[in-house]
Order: sequence, then C-alpha cells, then structure tokens
Amino acid sequence: MTTVPTKRDYSLLGRDAEMAVASGLAAAEWYHTEIPRKQMKELMKREDGPAVRDTVIWLGSMVLFGGLGIYFWDTWFAVPFFLAYGVLYGSASDSRWHECGHGTAFKTMWMNDAVYQIACFMIMRNPVTWRWSHTRHHTDTVIVGRDPEIAVMRPPDLLRLVLNFFGVIDVWYAVIDMVRNGFGVISAAEKTFIPEMERRKAILVARTWLAIYVATIGLSIYLGSILPLMLIGLPRLYGAWHHVLTGLLQHGGLADNVTDHRLNSRTVHMNPVSRFIYWNMNYHVEHHMFPMVPYHALPKLHEMIKHDLPAANRSILNGYREMIPAFVRQLRNEDYFLKRELPPTAKPYREEFHSEPVAAE
Amino acid sequence: MSSNWVEVCAADDIDEEDVIRFDHQGRTFAVYRSPDDEYFATDGLCTHEQIHLADGLVMDDIIECPKHNGRFNYKTGQAKGAPVCVNLRTYPVKVEAGSVFIAIS
Repeated sequence: MTTVPTKRDYSLLGRDAEMAVASGLAAAEWYHTEIPRKQMKELMKREDGPAVRDTVIWLGSMVLFGGLGIYFWDTWFAVPFFLAYGVLYGSASDSRWHECGHGTAFKTMWMNDAVYQIACFMIMRNPVTWRWSHTRHHTDTVIVGRDPEIAVMRPPDLLRLVLNFFGVIDVWYAVIDMVRNGFGVISAAEKTFIPEMERRKAILVARTWLAIYVATIGLSIYLGSILPLMLIGLPRLYGAWHHVLTGLLQHGGLADNVTDHRLNSRTVHMNPVSRFIYWNMNYHVEHHMFPMVPYHALPKLHEMIKHDLPAANRSILNGYREMIPAFVRQLRNEDYFLKRELPPTAKPYREEFHSEPVAAE
Repeated sequence: MSSNWVEVCAADDIDEEDVIRFDHQGRTFAVYRSPDDEYFATDGLCTHEQIHLADGLVMDDIIECPKHNGRFNYKTGQAKGAPVCVNLRTYPVKVEAGSVFIAIS
C-alpha cells in the first residue's frame, strides 16, 4: 500500500510522536473545570443498578430481535429485526466496551470485566490491546503521533469514513490484527503502549476469537446458510453505522495538539435511543475531563460545569452540519479546525499553550 | 532505614472513605481514612502516569486513579490490574492527640 505524505505524521513511532514528547505535549497537564471535592465524590460514586438495568435491556433485546430474525429467516420480515440486532451488536458494544473498560459502569468489578469481554468480542477490539490504547487516548487526547485512537486524521479520508459506517475498514484491520496476534506477533506500534507482561493475554484472546470465528464460518458452511454469521461477526458490519455516526462527533473537525478538552472534544445533545446505545458518551468533553464519572452521572456533571464549556451541539444533525464543512475545508487546508467558543462565564483558554492552533482558525 | 513521624493534619480533616494530598519536603503523599475509621498512607502519585491519587475515588480499601481508573489497595499498596502494574509504596500511620502522623523514611 502506498501512502501520501502529509504534514502530520500520525505514526506512534514517527516524527510527530518524538516532537510531542520533546515539546511536553505528551503526558501533559490538562485543563479541568473546578468542582468542589464533595460534589466530585458524589458524581464519581459507583452503583450497579443503572448498568444492570441497561445490560438486561441490551442483551435481552438482542435475544428477542435475534430470535425473531431467526424465526422470520428467509422472509423480508426478518430485515427489521436484524437491523435492530445489528445496531445492538455492532454499535451498542462500542459504548459498553468503552465504559466497562474504564471500570465505571458497574460498582462490582467482575460485572465490568464480564461486559467488557463480551462487548470487546462484538466490536472486534482485543480487550488487552484496546484497554492500553484507550489509556493512551486519555493521556494524549488527539495529540498527533501519541493518540492511537484518532478517528479522523487530517486531511480527512472521506471514503474511509463512509466505508466505516458499514465497518469495512475497521473490520479489515481488526481481522488482520487478530490473525497477527493469533500467530503470536505484537506489532511495533502496539509495543509502544502495551506493557510486556500484558502481551501474552492479547495473544490468547486473539486465538480464542479466531477459534470462535472459524467455528461460526464452519457452521455456516455446514448448514449452507449465512444465518450463523448474521448472528456472530457480520453484525459488526451491518450494525456499525450508529457507533460511527455518534463517534465521529467526539473529536471530528476540532483542534489537535492542545491540552484542553474544551478545544478538542464535542458534547452533543441526542435523542434518548441514541443515548441508550451510546451510553451517554455524547457528553464527551465531560467524559474526557472527568473519566471517573460513570455514564449515568454525566448529564448531572454537564449541568454542573456547562458554564465553563463551549455550548453543546443541539443534535446529531446540528453536529454534522458543523463537522462536515470542517472536514471539507481540511481537505484543502489540513490546519483548519473549528475553534469552540466559550461562554463569558468560562475560564479562557490558555493561549500561551494554544497560541499556534488558535491562530490557525 | 530511620523514619521520621511527620504530622499531616487533624484526624477530622479527612472524611471517612476519602483521601487527601500531603506534600512534604518535595515529596507528595496520599493519606486515607477508611470506612472503618482507620488511617493509611501511600505515595501520592499513581505509579502508571504520575497523577495525584488524592483526586481519585476511595471505595472500601481501593483508591482509583482519576486519570485512567487504575486501582490500588491503599492498605497494602497492591496494584489491582491494568493500567497499573507497579505497586504503591505505603507508609506507617498513627493517630495521636487527634492528629494524623505518617512515618517518612
């Protein structure tokens, strides 16, 4: 595969990675809105109830819709049930992986761990690799060369974005990574964020998953039907659209190489169904500023600190109306970004740290 | 190795099931009050990425780092799993005349 050189080097082993470390952008101190300790403790408090309820609804709905899909298989009536099943499998798993990876969804750790493993399998993210990559994402959010989870690199690859609404690119690389890890190979980039003692676990998981996928494919061949794959594996493709739809809004079109989540993250008000699937990650500035706050407390946190944040986007559509033109402008000028305006009640951005990107507006 | 008992704060300055930061001679510590009204002390920074644990959450005998949710048993210093792999150093604590002291070696 040939690559076109750009001004930004997103490789975790490349020029910008070295520059981020040298300039102090890596592992920097980030801006936080002041919250009294007592209120913060209330917000951080863990409970099992909300996540148990949501998990029962999530997995119960999958059983229901999957069952109805099987029942109506070979008829058009199966289509809506598989569409619903697919979103619960290929999109809701994204937020469950995320929240349980933080260990904040449930108070009881084994519940976090169990849902984390299930969701990782569905979203096809190695639970070891991605735990560590997400740790880096929180340390160095949208720092070029440091953050392994930048969804939209500059200049944006719009074809890739569109294909990912159907999981095409993500699944392609997930399969490559799974096979490579299954053969016992940890890449040089993975070695930059996975400690040596954890690598064997990543390999064991990859081998287990490979066995499950081989068995599912084998069953499909044996039955002469694609049905087993419609339940395991393919929903990661046909049900991915919602997690991409919501996930792109997290940081898309905003600043990079800054140390203030108000500049590089976006909070978007969403409908209740999307918020259930997305587990409130639409409150994304709040999540990055305070990752210890469970998903169910994020609306309360938002109310508490919104005086210090840029105004939230009113809807998914409103967010896209802002983000897509920014992507188009970045095709011509990759330094372009949307600068989030702060309300008069907010503490100003630290221009001494952010003078260069702010000037690029 | 000799230890010096250093006064940290009044015992009531730390809420039950909570933690405070204590800086002394260029070092930083985290001092805990457990739900059982016992006091403990560890190094103040997470062994993963040098974040102040005093901004974290105390749950029973666990302190959770505010940055990446790494968990330690603050009574023993034991790291409880990814992303923390290195144990915390712990320090003896005593309460005398309503004040908390830690032994700093």
